[in-house]
Amino acid sequence: MTSATPHMDSVKTYITVFLALIVATVLTTAVAFVDLGAFSVVVALAIAICKMLLVALFFMHVRHSTRLTQVVLFGGILWFGILMGMTLIDFSSRNWIGVPGR
Amino acid sequence: MHKAESHGGAAVHPLALREQFDTVEQQRDCSTLGMWIFLITEVMFFGGMFLAYSIYRTKYPEVFAVASTSLNVYIGATNTVVLLCSSFTMVMAVRASALGKQKAIVGWLLMTLLFGLTFLGVKAFEWNEKFELHHVPGFANFHLAGVEPQGAAQIFFALYFCMTGLHALHMVVGVGLLSWLVWQARRGKYTSEYMTPVDISGLYWHFVDIVWIFLFPLLYLIDRHLGK
Repeated sequence: MTSATPHMDSVKTYITVFLALIVATVLTTAVAFVDLGAFSVVVALAIAICKMLLVALFFMHVRHSTRLTQVVLFGGILWFGILMGMTLIDFSSRNWIGVPGR
Repeated sequence: MHKAESHGGAAVHPLALREQFDTVEQQRDCSTLGMWIFLITEVMFFGGMFLAYSIYRTKYPEVFAVASTSLNVYIGATNTVVLLCSSFTMVMAVRASALGKQKAIVGWLLMTLLFGLTFLGVKAFEWNEKFELHHVPGFANFHLAGVEPQGAAQIFFALYFCMTGLHALHMVVGVGLLSWLVWQARRGKYTSEYMTPVDISGLYWHFVDIVWIFLFPLLYLIDRHLGK
């Protein structure tokens, strides 16, 4: 494969990743019926993040992408984390301290 | 115009090396980066809805649990599998175009298109069910059995329709892109030297898949164990 051809993985790799994604989908659906209390969300999101990584790294070829693209992606995810994290901290901590006059 | 031939003598696809780039690889890396930057803006676009969902779920956990359990988990899981299949066929289409296999590109793209349309068909069936069950927010006859306040249940279904609707809209755009790609690929437009449209449409398609990978557990799964 010359450098003029984009980086591709073998068909075998793609099939393996695809099967892993299907197994993860069946797993997350099955686990949802088990009572894990508050951990249901954690498990569901952990599986979803694993699936996201598989799709991004293999199907979207992030593992073959340039360092610049990878940094941009990381930055994007970081920004999304700030959006979620900071706002949820705000909402969950609003009534911790009494506000005089309210 | 003759620039292409000045690179190593061999003629390059006219679109593979445009004026402003030094090498074919540079141009390709550039379009990949550009597409990713667009996808990051999409992350923030969907991110707002995920945030709204998280906040209201924290505020009305019981109502959201009942509303979430009213969704059909098997249809949701089936549609997830359909979308994952479409991602697989899409990556195979990108691979085929990178290897310059003309017939295979069209075949894989058509399969992706078919899976995409199947997903949308199932989604339409699901939405139709919501109308029959009076689970559509904003309608005077809205009613979700066994929850109070009904307004919170309306918020759940408003978020459900916005999130799945926005996702479906992206799918519709994706179907349009795929149709165009099939048409172009049939005309032999994509070779191993130039397949950027297939490549970046692939990125878009996989991104839409990732959004669903998160929508499925959040909307259908996480409160399932409470419904028993």
